[in-house]
Amino acid sequence: MPALIETRDVSKRYGSFNALSGVTLAIAADEFVSIVGHNGAGKTTLVNVLTGLLRPTSGTVTFKGMDVAGVGPVRLARLGMARAFQLVHIFPGLTVRQTLAVAVVSQTGKAFHFLTSLARDAQVQERVEAVARLFGFEQLDLEARSLSQGAKKLLDVASAFALRPEVILLDEPTSGVSTGDKHQIMRVLVDAAKSFGVKAIIQIEHDMDLVSEYSDRVIALHQGQVLADRPPAAFFGDAELVATVVGKRRVRD
Amino acid sequence: MKLAAVVGLAALAALAAAPLVLEPYPLTLLLQFFAYGLALLGLNLLFGYTGLLSFGQALFVALGAYSAAVCTRKLGWHSFELVLGVAVVTAVVVAVPVGLLCVRYVSIFFGMLTLAFGMLFHSFLFKFYTVTGGDGGMLVERPSLLGMRFSEMDKTTFLTRPFYWYALGLLAVGTVVMWRLVHSPFGVHLSAIRENPRKAEYLGVEVRRLRLIAFVIAGVYAAVGGTLLGIRTGLADPELAYWTHSGNLIFMTVLGGFSSFAGPLVGAAVFIFLQDSLMSVTQYWRLVMGMVLVVIVVLFPRGLVGLAQALRARVIGWRRDARAD
Repeated sequence: MPALIETRDVSKRYGSFNALSGVTLAIAADEFVSIVGHNGAGKTTLVNVLTGLLRPTSGTVTFKGMDVAGVGPVRLARLGMARAFQLVHIFPGLTVRQTLAVAVVSQTGKAFHFLTSLARDAQVQERVEAVARLFGFEQLDLEARSLSQGAKKLLDVASAFALRPEVILLDEPTSGVSTGDKHQIMRVLVDAAKSFGVKAIIQIEHDMDLVSEYSDRVIALHQGQVLADRPPAAFFGDAELVATVVGKRRVRD
Repeated sequence: MKLAAVVGLAALAALAAAPLVLEPYPLTLLLQFFAYGLALLGLNLLFGYTGLLSFGQALFVALGAYSAAVCTRKLGWHSFELVLGVAVVTAVVVAVPVGLLCVRYVSIFFGMLTLAFGMLFHSFLFKFYTVTGGDGGMLVERPSLLGMRFSEMDKTTFLTRPFYWYALGLLAVGTVVMWRLVHSPFGVHLSAIRENPRKAEYLGVEVRRLRLIAFVIAGVYAAVGGTLLGIRTGLADPELAYWTHSGNLIFMTVLGGFSSFAGPLVGAAVFIFLQDSLMSVTQYWRLVMGMVLVVIVVLFPRGLVGLAQALRARVIGWRRDARAD
Protein backbone atom coordinates (compact mmCIF):
# COMPACT_ATOMS: atom_id res chain seq x y z
CA MET A 1 0.00 0.00 0.00
CA PRO A 2 1.38 3.42 -0.90
CA ALA A 3 2.18 5.74 1.98
CA LEU A 4 -0.32 8.42 2.96
CA ILE A 5 2.33 10.74 4.25
CA GLU A 6 5.95 10.61 3.27
CA THR A 7 8.94 12.72 4.13
CA ARG A 8 12.23 12.34 2.32
CA ASP A 9 15.40 13.59 3.89
CA VAL A 10 13.66 16.52 5.55
CA SER A 11 15.79 19.06 7.36
CA LYS A 12 14.78 22.25 9.09
CA ARG A 13 17.41 24.69 10.23
CA TYR A 14 16.98 27.79 12.33
CA GLY A 15 20.25 29.65 11.85
CA SER A 16 22.89 27.20 12.94
CA PHE A 17 20.44 25.06 14.90
CA ASN A 18 19.26 21.87 13.24
CA ALA A 19 15.72 21.31 14.44
CA LEU A 20 15.35 18.38 12.06
CA SER A 21 18.02 16.66 10.02
CA GLY A 22 17.55 13.98 7.41
CA VAL A 23 14.13 12.77 8.55
CA THR A 24 12.76 10.13 6.22
CA LEU A 25 9.57 8.35 7.13
CA ALA A 26 6.42 6.99 5.59
CA ILE A 27 3.06 6.58 7.27
CA ALA A 28 0.53 4.26 5.69
CA ALA A 29 -3.19 3.85 6.14
CA ASP A 30 -4.51 2.15 9.28
CA GLU A 31 -1.62 3.23 11.42
CA PHE A 32 -1.62 4.87 14.81
CA VAL A 33 1.79 6.45 15.11
CA SER A 34 3.23 8.00 18.23
CA ILE A 35 6.09 10.45 18.02
CA VAL A 36 8.17 10.50 21.18
CA GLY A 37 11.26 12.32 22.33
CA HIS A 38 12.63 14.92 24.75
CA ASN A 39 11.54 18.52 24.67
CA GLY A 40 13.54 20.07 21.87
CA ALA A 41 13.98 16.77 20.03
CA GLY A 42 12.09 18.20 17.04
CA LYS A 43 8.62 16.68 17.56
CA THR A 44 6.63 19.85 17.11
CA THR A 45 8.81 21.00 14.22
CA LEU A 46 8.15 17.66 12.54
CA VAL A 47 4.41 18.00 13.00
CA ASN A 48 4.56 21.59 11.74
CA VAL A 49 6.37 20.38 8.64
CA LEU A 50 3.91 17.52 8.14
CA THR A 51 0.96 19.90 8.39
CA GLY A 52 2.41 22.29 5.86
CA LEU A 53 2.83 25.08 8.38
CA LEU A 54 6.61 25.12 8.01
CA ARG A 55 8.48 24.71 4.77
CA PRO A 56 11.45 22.42 5.34
CA THR A 57 14.91 23.82 4.60
CA SER A 58 15.52 20.80 2.43
CA GLY A 59 13.76 17.56 1.57
CA THR A 60 10.21 16.82 0.46
CA VAL A 61 6.90 16.22 2.21
CA THR A 62 4.07 14.56 0.37
CA PHE A 63 0.50 13.81 1.40
CA LYS A 64 -1.38 11.38 -0.83
CA GLY A 65 1.37 11.85 -3.38
CA MET A 66 1.08 15.65 -3.45
CA ASP A 67 3.87 17.98 -2.43
CA VAL A 68 2.53 19.80 0.61
CA ALA A 69 5.68 21.60 1.81
CA GLY A 70 4.49 24.91 3.27
CA VAL A 71 0.99 24.84 1.72
CA GLY A 72 -0.63 26.11 4.91
CA PRO A 73 -3.39 24.77 7.10
CA VAL A 74 -6.44 25.76 5.05
CA ARG A 75 -5.47 23.80 1.95
CA LEU A 76 -4.31 20.87 4.00
CA ALA A 77 -7.64 20.76 5.81
CA ARG A 78 -9.32 20.56 2.43
CA LEU A 79 -6.97 17.80 1.30
CA GLY A 80 -7.92 15.76 4.34
CA MET A 81 -5.45 16.44 7.11
CA ALA A 82 -6.58 17.87 10.43
CA ARG A 83 -4.66 18.92 13.49
CA ALA A 84 -5.32 19.67 17.13
CA PHE A 85 -2.86 21.51 19.34
CA GLN A 86 -1.22 20.83 22.64
CA LEU A 87 -2.55 24.07 24.07
CA VAL A 88 -6.29 24.06 23.86
CA HIS A 89 -7.55 26.14 20.96
CA ILE A 90 -11.22 26.93 21.18
CA PHE A 91 -13.62 29.61 20.02
CA PRO A 92 -14.56 30.93 23.48
CA GLY A 93 -17.75 32.70 22.45
CA LEU A 94 -19.09 30.03 20.12
CA THR A 95 -21.29 27.19 21.29
CA VAL A 96 -20.32 23.54 20.95
CA ARG A 97 -22.72 23.31 18.02
CA GLN A 98 -21.23 26.34 16.28
CA THR A 99 -17.68 25.16 16.86
CA LEU A 100 -18.33 21.81 15.23
CA ALA A 101 -20.35 23.51 12.49
CA VAL A 102 -17.31 25.60 11.51
CA ALA A 103 -15.49 22.41 10.58
CA VAL A 104 -18.50 20.76 8.95
CA VAL A 105 -19.14 23.88 6.84
CA SER A 106 -15.54 23.76 5.58
CA GLN A 107 -15.74 20.07 4.94
CA THR A 108 -18.99 20.27 3.00
CA GLY A 109 -17.70 23.27 1.01
CA LYS A 110 -20.46 25.58 2.20
CA ALA A 111 -18.38 28.54 3.37
CA PHE A 112 -19.72 30.63 0.49
CA HIS A 113 -23.36 29.88 1.16
CA PHE A 114 -24.24 33.42 2.15
CA LEU A 115 -27.99 33.47 2.55
CA THR A 116 -29.01 29.96 3.60
CA SER A 117 -29.83 29.14 7.20
CA LEU A 118 -27.16 27.22 9.05
CA ALA A 119 -29.62 26.08 11.72
CA ARG A 120 -31.91 24.62 9.08
CA ASP A 121 -29.18 22.92 7.09
CA ALA A 122 -30.01 19.29 7.82
CA GLN A 123 -26.79 17.92 6.36
CA VAL A 124 -24.60 20.17 8.50
CA GLN A 125 -26.66 19.68 11.65
CA GLU A 126 -26.71 15.89 11.29
CA ARG A 127 -22.94 15.76 10.97
CA VAL A 128 -22.50 18.13 13.88
CA GLU A 129 -24.72 15.98 16.04
CA ALA A 130 -22.97 12.80 14.98
CA VAL A 131 -19.59 14.17 16.07
CA ALA A 132 -21.07 15.55 19.29
CA ARG A 133 -22.60 12.16 20.16
CA LEU A 134 -19.36 10.36 19.52
CA PHE A 135 -17.45 12.70 21.81
CA GLY A 136 -20.16 12.66 24.45
CA PHE A 137 -21.33 16.28 24.17
CA GLU A 138 -24.92 16.49 25.30
CA GLN A 139 -25.52 20.20 25.69
CA LEU A 140 -24.71 21.60 22.29
CA ASP A 141 -25.76 25.14 23.07
CA LEU A 142 -23.21 25.77 25.83
CA GLU A 143 -20.54 28.32 25.04
CA ALA A 144 -17.09 26.81 24.73
CA ARG A 145 -15.70 29.15 27.41
CA SER A 146 -18.05 27.67 29.99
CA LEU A 147 -16.82 24.07 29.50
CA SER A 148 -14.42 22.32 31.86
CA GLN A 149 -10.76 22.14 30.82
CA GLY A 150 -11.12 18.49 29.81
CA ALA A 151 -14.24 19.18 27.78
CA LYS A 152 -12.48 22.07 26.02
CA LYS A 153 -9.69 19.74 25.04
CA LEU A 154 -12.20 17.20 23.80
CA LEU A 155 -14.04 19.88 21.82
CA ASP A 156 -10.77 20.95 20.21
CA VAL A 157 -10.09 17.39 19.11
CA ALA A 158 -13.74 16.83 18.13
CA SER A 159 -13.68 19.87 15.85
CA ALA A 160 -10.64 18.41 14.06
CA PHE A 161 -12.54 15.13 13.62
CA ALA A 162 -15.56 17.05 12.31
CA LEU A 163 -13.46 17.83 9.23
CA ARG A 164 -13.69 14.09 8.47
CA PRO A 165 -9.97 14.00 7.76
CA GLU A 166 -8.05 11.07 6.41
CA VAL A 167 -5.16 11.84 8.70
CA ILE A 168 -5.28 13.53 12.06
CA LEU A 169 -2.30 14.95 13.92
CA LEU A 170 -2.65 15.40 17.62
CA ASP A 171 -0.16 17.30 19.72
CA GLU A 172 -0.41 15.70 23.17
CA PRO A 173 -4.15 15.07 23.08
CA THR A 174 -4.15 14.20 26.77
CA SER A 175 -1.87 16.87 28.22
CA GLY A 176 -3.38 18.62 31.18
CA VAL A 177 -5.93 15.85 31.66
CA SER A 178 -6.09 13.63 34.73
CA THR A 179 -4.69 10.10 34.39
CA GLY A 180 -8.11 8.51 34.67
CA ASP A 181 -9.50 10.66 31.88
CA LYS A 182 -6.53 10.01 29.62
CA HIS A 183 -7.57 6.50 28.73
CA GLN A 184 -11.11 7.60 28.20
CA ILE A 185 -9.98 10.29 25.76
CA MET A 186 -7.75 7.84 23.90
CA ARG A 187 -10.58 5.33 23.58
CA VAL A 188 -12.90 8.04 22.27
CA LEU A 189 -10.22 9.01 19.76
CA VAL A 190 -9.71 5.51 18.50
CA ASP A 191 -13.46 4.88 18.25
CA ALA A 192 -14.01 8.19 16.49
CA ALA A 193 -11.24 7.43 14.04
CA LYS A 194 -12.85 4.08 13.24
CA SER A 195 -16.35 5.37 12.76
CA PHE A 196 -15.26 8.40 10.70
CA GLY A 197 -12.92 6.51 8.45
CA VAL A 198 -9.82 8.34 9.64
CA LYS A 199 -7.02 6.39 8.02
CA ALA A 200 -4.15 7.37 10.25
CA ILE A 201 -3.58 9.06 13.58
CA ILE A 202 -0.27 10.67 14.35
CA GLN A 203 0.23 11.90 17.87
CA ILE A 204 2.93 13.44 19.95
CA GLU A 205 2.72 11.86 23.37
CA HIS A 206 4.75 11.93 26.56
CA ASP A 207 2.78 9.37 28.50
CA MET A 208 4.51 6.09 27.75
CA ASP A 209 1.59 4.02 29.05
CA LEU A 210 -0.60 5.53 26.38
CA VAL A 211 2.09 5.13 23.73
CA SER A 212 2.53 1.45 24.43
CA GLU A 213 -1.16 0.71 24.76
CA TYR A 214 -2.61 2.48 21.73
CA SER A 215 0.01 2.94 19.03
CA ASP A 216 1.00 0.59 16.26
CA ARG A 217 4.29 2.30 15.75
CA VAL A 218 6.65 4.50 17.71
CA ILE A 219 8.89 7.05 16.04
CA ALA A 220 11.57 8.25 18.43
CA LEU A 221 13.21 11.58 17.71
CA HIS A 222 16.47 12.62 19.27
CA GLN A 223 18.30 15.84 18.42
CA GLY A 224 16.31 16.23 15.25
CA GLN A 225 16.95 12.76 13.92
CA VAL A 226 14.90 9.60 13.80
CA LEU A 227 16.54 7.35 16.33
CA ALA A 228 14.08 4.51 16.07
CA ASP A 229 10.95 3.65 14.11
CA ARG A 230 9.42 0.38 15.26
CA PRO A 231 6.37 -1.23 16.90
CA PRO A 232 5.87 -0.43 20.59
CA ALA A 233 6.91 -3.90 21.78
CA ALA A 234 10.25 -3.63 20.03
CA PHE A 235 10.67 -0.05 21.21
CA PHE A 236 9.97 -0.70 24.86
CA GLY A 237 12.04 -3.88 24.72
CA ASP A 238 15.16 -1.82 24.17
CA ALA A 239 15.92 -0.35 27.59
CA GLU A 240 18.88 1.66 26.37
CA LEU A 241 16.84 3.25 23.58
CA VAL A 242 13.98 4.09 25.93
CA ALA A 243 16.44 5.63 28.37
CA THR A 244 17.93 7.85 25.64
CA VAL A 245 14.60 8.93 24.28
CA VAL A 246 12.48 9.44 27.36
CA GLY A 247 14.99 9.57 30.19
CA LYS A 248 16.00 6.94 32.72
CA ARG A 249 13.37 7.70 35.31
CA ARG A 250 10.67 6.55 32.92
CA VAL A 251 12.08 3.05 32.57
CA ARG A 252 10.22 0.59 34.67
CA ASP A 253 11.97 -2.53 35.93
CA MET B 1 -35.87 33.40 16.56
CA LYS B 2 -39.64 33.90 16.53
CA LEU B 3 -39.30 36.79 18.98
CA ALA B 4 -36.85 38.56 16.68
CA ALA B 5 -39.28 38.33 13.77
CA VAL B 6 -42.16 39.67 15.87
CA VAL B 7 -40.11 42.57 17.24
CA GLY B 8 -38.78 43.34 13.76
CA LEU B 9 -42.23 43.37 12.16
CA ALA B 10 -43.70 45.48 14.97
CA ALA B 11 -40.87 48.01 14.60
CA LEU B 12 -41.33 48.06 10.84
CA ALA B 13 -45.10 48.66 11.18
CA ALA B 14 -44.59 51.45 13.72
CA LEU B 15 -41.95 53.15 11.54
CA ALA B 16 -44.12 52.80 8.43
CA ALA B 17 -47.03 54.47 10.24
CA ALA B 18 -44.87 57.27 11.67
CA PRO B 19 -45.38 59.78 8.78
CA LEU B 20 -49.11 59.71 9.48
CA VAL B 21 -48.67 60.89 13.06
CA LEU B 22 -45.32 62.60 13.50
CA GLU B 23 -44.22 66.12 12.58
CA PRO B 24 -41.73 66.47 9.70
CA TYR B 25 -38.76 67.18 11.95
CA PRO B 26 -38.65 63.87 13.85
CA LEU B 27 -39.27 62.16 10.53
CA THR B 28 -36.09 63.66 9.10
CA LEU B 29 -34.30 62.35 12.18
CA LEU B 30 -35.74 58.92 11.45
CA LEU B 31 -34.43 59.23 7.89
CA GLN B 32 -31.02 59.84 9.39
CA PHE B 33 -31.55 56.72 11.49
CA PHE B 34 -32.35 54.63 8.40
CA ALA B 35 -29.14 55.83 6.76
CA TYR B 36 -26.95 55.15 9.79
CA GLY B 37 -28.77 51.92 10.51
CA LEU B 38 -27.68 50.57 7.14
CA ALA B 39 -24.09 51.74 7.59
CA LEU B 40 -23.95 50.22 11.07
CA LEU B 41 -25.38 46.85 10.03
CA GLY B 42 -22.41 46.65 7.68
CA LEU B 43 -19.91 47.91 10.25
CA ASN B 44 -21.17 45.36 12.74
CA LEU B 45 -20.63 42.50 10.28
CA LEU B 46 -17.02 43.61 10.23
CA PHE B 47 -16.61 44.43 13.92
CA GLY B 48 -19.15 42.43 15.90
CA TYR B 49 -19.01 39.30 13.76
CA THR B 50 -15.58 39.23 12.12
CA GLY B 51 -13.66 41.05 14.84
CA LEU B 52 -12.20 43.82 12.67
CA LEU B 53 -12.71 47.38 13.89
CA SER B 54 -12.64 49.84 11.01
CA PHE B 55 -11.88 53.46 11.84
CA GLY B 56 -12.43 54.47 8.25
CA GLN B 57 -15.98 53.36 7.57
CA ALA B 58 -17.03 56.97 6.90
CA LEU B 59 -15.09 56.70 3.64
CA PHE B 60 -17.82 54.48 2.25
CA VAL B 61 -20.62 56.63 3.64
CA ALA B 62 -19.06 59.59 1.81
CA LEU B 63 -18.66 57.51 -1.35
CA GLY B 64 -22.40 56.88 -1.30
CA ALA B 65 -23.26 60.54 -0.80
CA TYR B 66 -20.84 61.66 -3.53
CA SER B 67 -22.18 58.99 -5.87
CA ALA B 68 -25.61 60.54 -5.40
CA ALA B 69 -24.19 64.01 -6.04
CA VAL B 70 -22.27 63.02 -9.17
CA CYS B 71 -25.21 61.09 -10.59
CA THR B 72 -27.90 63.68 -10.00
CA ARG B 73 -25.87 66.88 -10.42
CA LYS B 74 -23.13 66.13 -12.92
CA LEU B 75 -24.56 63.33 -15.00
CA GLY B 76 -28.21 64.20 -14.74
CA TRP B 77 -29.14 60.66 -13.76
CA HIS B 78 -32.06 61.12 -11.44
CA SER B 79 -33.27 57.57 -11.03
CA PHE B 80 -32.57 56.64 -7.40
CA GLU B 81 -32.25 52.96 -8.36
CA LEU B 82 -29.48 53.98 -10.74
CA VAL B 83 -27.87 56.08 -8.00
CA LEU B 84 -27.95 53.07 -5.68
CA GLY B 85 -26.42 50.89 -8.39
CA VAL B 86 -23.61 53.39 -8.96
CA ALA B 87 -23.00 53.70 -5.21
CA VAL B 88 -22.83 49.92 -4.78
CA VAL B 89 -20.47 49.45 -7.73
CA THR B 90 -18.26 52.33 -6.56
CA ALA B 91 -18.13 50.90 -3.04
CA VAL B 92 -17.10 47.48 -4.37
CA VAL B 93 -14.48 48.97 -6.70
CA VAL B 94 -12.95 50.90 -3.80
CA ALA B 95 -13.44 48.24 -1.09
CA VAL B 96 -11.72 45.41 -2.96
CA PRO B 97 -8.25 46.99 -3.33
CA VAL B 98 -8.44 48.81 0.03
CA GLY B 99 -9.66 45.62 1.68
CA LEU B 100 -6.97 43.49 0.06
CA LEU B 101 -4.40 45.68 1.77
CA CYS B 102 -6.20 46.14 5.08
CA VAL B 103 -7.27 42.57 5.84
CA ARG B 104 -3.66 41.44 5.88
CA TYR B 105 -3.55 43.15 9.27
CA VAL B 106 -5.63 42.80 12.41
CA SER B 107 -6.54 44.77 15.54
CA ILE B 108 -4.95 48.21 15.79
CA PHE B 109 -3.02 47.87 12.53
CA PHE B 110 -6.19 47.18 10.62
CA GLY B 111 -7.87 50.08 12.39
CA MET B 112 -5.07 52.53 11.62
CA LEU B 113 -4.86 51.49 7.98
CA THR B 114 -8.60 51.97 7.47
CA LEU B 115 -8.28 55.33 9.24
CA ALA B 116 -5.49 56.30 6.84
CA PHE B 117 -7.55 55.40 3.78
CA GLY B 118 -10.50 57.36 5.17
CA MET B 119 -8.35 60.46 5.67
CA LEU B 120 -6.79 60.02 2.24
CA PHE B 121 -10.24 60.15 0.72
CA HIS B 122 -11.14 63.15 2.87
CA SER B 123 -8.09 65.02 1.55
CA PHE B 124 -9.00 64.08 -1.99
CA LEU B 125 -12.52 65.48 -1.54
CA PHE B 126 -11.12 68.57 0.09
CA LYS B 127 -8.34 69.39 -2.37
CA PHE B 128 -9.81 68.47 -5.75
CA TYR B 129 -12.02 71.47 -5.82
CA THR B 130 -12.94 71.25 -9.49
CA VAL B 131 -14.18 67.68 -9.20
CA THR B 132 -15.64 67.57 -5.71
CA GLY B 133 -16.41 71.17 -4.83
CA GLY B 134 -13.81 71.13 -2.06
CA ASP B 135 -14.98 72.19 1.38
CA GLY B 136 -18.29 73.37 -0.06
CA GLY B 137 -19.15 69.83 -1.13
CA MET B 138 -21.51 68.97 -3.96
CA LEU B 139 -25.23 69.47 -4.16
CA VAL B 140 -27.43 66.42 -4.43
CA GLU B 141 -30.63 66.87 -6.44
CA ARG B 142 -33.89 65.20 -5.69
CA PRO B 143 -33.95 61.77 -7.32
CA SER B 144 -36.91 59.98 -8.86
CA LEU B 145 -38.14 56.90 -7.00
CA LEU B 146 -39.18 53.96 -9.19
CA GLY B 147 -39.49 56.39 -12.08
CA MET B 148 -41.69 58.87 -10.17
CA ARG B 149 -40.36 62.42 -9.77
CA PHE B 150 -42.86 63.79 -7.23
CA SER B 151 -42.14 67.26 -8.63
CA GLU B 152 -45.41 68.64 -7.28
CA MET B 153 -44.21 68.02 -3.69
CA ASP B 154 -42.09 70.46 -1.72
CA LYS B 155 -38.80 69.16 -0.40
CA THR B 156 -40.03 68.34 3.10
CA THR B 157 -43.05 66.42 1.89
CA PHE B 158 -40.88 64.48 -0.54
CA LEU B 159 -38.40 63.55 2.18
CA THR B 160 -40.95 62.68 4.85
CA ARG B 161 -43.36 60.71 2.66
CA PRO B 162 -42.19 58.82 -0.46
CA PHE B 163 -38.49 59.03 0.26
CA TYR B 164 -39.06 58.11 3.90
CA TRP B 165 -40.89 54.92 2.97
CA TYR B 166 -38.36 54.09 0.31
CA ALA B 167 -35.53 54.48 2.80
CA LEU B 168 -37.39 52.43 5.39
CA GLY B 169 -37.83 49.72 2.75
CA LEU B 170 -34.09 49.75 2.07
CA LEU B 171 -33.33 49.41 5.77
CA ALA B 172 -35.83 46.56 6.10
CA VAL B 173 -34.35 44.68 3.15
CA GLY B 174 -30.82 45.42 4.39
CA THR B 175 -31.72 44.08 7.84
CA VAL B 176 -33.24 40.86 6.51
CA VAL B 177 -30.27 40.25 4.22
CA MET B 178 -27.83 40.90 7.07
CA TRP B 179 -29.80 38.61 9.39
CA ARG B 180 -29.49 35.84 6.83
CA LEU B 181 -25.80 36.53 6.30
CA VAL B 182 -24.89 36.23 9.95
CA HIS B 183 -27.00 33.09 10.41
CA SER B 184 -25.60 31.38 7.32
CA PRO B 185 -22.68 28.95 7.03
CA PHE B 186 -20.65 31.98 5.88
CA GLY B 187 -21.65 33.76 9.09
CA VAL B 188 -20.41 31.00 11.39
CA HIS B 189 -17.05 31.12 9.64
CA LEU B 190 -16.86 34.86 10.26
CA SER B 191 -17.56 34.31 13.96
CA ALA B 192 -14.83 31.67 14.06
CA ILE B 193 -12.40 34.25 12.63
CA ARG B 194 -13.37 36.72 15.34
CA GLU B 195 -12.92 34.16 18.11
CA ASN B 196 -9.65 32.54 17.05
CA PRO B 197 -8.30 33.04 13.52
CA ARG B 198 -5.51 30.50 13.93
CA LYS B 199 -7.79 27.72 15.03
CA ALA B 200 -10.22 28.76 12.28
CA GLU B 201 -7.53 28.20 9.66
CA TYR B 202 -6.95 24.68 10.91
CA LEU B 203 -10.65 24.03 10.52
CA GLY B 204 -10.45 25.05 6.88
CA VAL B 205 -11.68 28.64 7.21
CA GLU B 206 -10.31 30.91 4.48
CA VAL B 207 -9.59 33.71 6.90
CA ARG B 208 -8.33 36.44 4.57
CA ARG B 209 -10.81 35.82 1.82
CA LEU B 210 -13.76 35.90 4.20
CA ARG B 211 -12.41 39.02 5.91
CA LEU B 212 -12.23 40.69 2.50
CA ILE B 213 -15.80 39.69 1.67
CA ALA B 214 -17.02 41.05 5.02
CA PHE B 215 -15.10 44.28 4.34
CA VAL B 216 -16.73 44.67 0.91
CA ILE B 217 -20.22 43.95 2.26
CA ALA B 218 -19.67 46.51 5.03
CA GLY B 219 -18.56 49.05 2.44
CA VAL B 220 -21.64 48.46 0.30
CA TYR B 221 -23.97 48.90 3.28
CA ALA B 222 -22.20 52.12 4.27
CA ALA B 223 -22.43 53.48 0.71
CA VAL B 224 -26.16 52.75 0.50
CA GLY B 225 -26.58 54.55 3.83
CA GLY B 226 -24.49 57.40 2.42
CA THR B 227 -26.80 57.94 -0.56
CA LEU B 228 -29.70 58.33 1.87
CA LEU B 229 -27.75 60.87 3.93
CA GLY B 230 -26.76 62.84 0.83
CA ILE B 231 -30.31 63.07 -0.46
CA ARG B 232 -31.68 63.93 2.98
CA THR B 233 -29.38 66.94 3.39
CA GLY B 234 -29.18 67.68 -0.34
CA LEU B 235 -25.41 67.85 0.02
CA ALA B 236 -22.37 65.61 -0.19
CA ASP B 237 -19.95 67.14 2.25
CA PRO B 238 -16.25 66.20 2.74
CA GLU B 239 -16.91 66.06 6.48
CA LEU B 240 -18.80 62.84 5.80
CA ALA B 241 -15.41 61.20 5.20
CA TYR B 242 -13.70 62.85 8.17
CA TRP B 243 -12.39 60.54 10.88
CA THR B 244 -14.70 61.93 13.55
CA HIS B 245 -17.59 60.70 11.45
CA SER B 246 -16.09 57.19 11.52
CA GLY B 247 -15.78 57.73 15.26
CA ASN B 248 -19.48 58.48 15.49
CA LEU B 249 -20.26 55.21 13.71
CA ILE B 250 -18.20 53.32 16.27
CA PHE B 251 -19.83 55.29 19.10
CA MET B 252 -23.27 54.22 17.87
CA THR B 253 -22.16 50.59 17.64
CA VAL B 254 -20.74 50.58 21.16
CA LEU B 255 -23.76 52.44 22.53
CA GLY B 256 -26.17 49.82 21.21
CA GLY B 257 -23.85 46.87 21.77
CA PHE B 258 -21.81 45.12 19.11
CA SER B 259 -22.30 41.65 20.54
CA SER B 260 -25.89 41.52 19.36
CA PHE B 261 -27.55 41.78 15.98
CA ALA B 262 -29.90 44.63 16.90
CA GLY B 263 -27.33 46.57 18.95
CA PRO B 264 -26.09 48.85 16.18
CA LEU B 265 -29.65 49.69 15.09
CA VAL B 266 -30.62 50.60 18.65
CA GLY B 267 -27.34 52.51 19.00
CA ALA B 268 -27.99 54.54 15.86
CA ALA B 269 -31.52 55.45 16.95
CA VAL B 270 -30.52 56.41 20.49
CA PHE B 271 -27.47 58.36 19.30
CA ILE B 272 -29.41 60.42 16.78
CA PHE B 273 -32.26 61.33 19.10
CA LEU B 274 -29.98 61.89 22.10
CA GLN B 275 -27.65 64.13 20.11
CA ASP B 276 -30.56 66.09 18.72
CA SER B 277 -32.20 66.70 22.08
CA LEU B 278 -28.89 67.54 23.78
CA MET B 279 -27.99 70.02 21.05
CA SER B 280 -31.23 71.90 21.64
CA VAL B 281 -30.55 72.07 25.39
CA THR B 282 -26.85 72.84 25.73
CA GLN B 283 -23.91 73.84 23.62
CA TYR B 284 -21.84 71.40 25.66
CA TRP B 285 -23.65 68.43 24.13
CA ARG B 286 -20.37 66.85 23.04
CA LEU B 287 -19.30 66.69 26.67
CA VAL B 288 -22.52 64.94 27.67
CA MET B 289 -22.22 62.50 24.77
CA GLY B 290 -18.66 61.75 25.86
CA MET B 291 -19.82 61.02 29.39
CA VAL B 292 -22.55 58.74 28.07
CA LEU B 293 -19.92 56.82 26.13
CA VAL B 294 -17.70 56.48 29.21
CA VAL B 295 -20.60 55.20 31.30
CA ILE B 296 -21.58 52.68 28.62
CA VAL B 297 -18.05 51.36 28.14
CA VAL B 298 -17.31 51.10 31.86
CA LEU B 299 -20.63 49.85 33.18
CA PHE B 300 -22.35 48.19 30.22
CA PRO B 301 -19.70 46.96 27.81
CA ARG B 302 -22.35 44.99 25.98
CA GLY B 303 -24.24 48.20 25.26
CA LEU B 304 -27.90 49.06 25.66
CA VAL B 305 -29.07 45.82 24.07
CA GLY B 306 -26.77 43.84 26.37
CA LEU B 307 -28.23 45.75 29.31
CA ALA B 308 -31.76 44.99 28.16
CA GLN B 309 -30.92 41.31 27.77
CA ALA B 310 -29.44 41.18 31.26
CA LEU B 311 -32.55 42.85 32.72
CA ARG B 312 -34.82 40.47 30.84
CA ALA B 313 -32.86 37.46 32.11
CA ARG B 314 -33.16 38.83 35.64
CA VAL B 315 -36.90 39.39 35.38
CA ILE B 316 -37.39 35.88 34.05
CA GLY B 317 -35.28 34.63 36.97
CA TRP B 318 -37.43 36.51 39.49
CA ARG B 319 -40.59 35.11 38.00
CA ARG B 320 -39.20 31.61 38.18
CA ASP B 321 -38.19 32.14 41.81
CA ALA B 322 -41.63 33.52 42.61
CA ARG B 323 -43.28 30.52 41.06
CA ALA B 324 -40.99 28.16 42.95
CA ASP B 325 -41.97 29.73 46.30
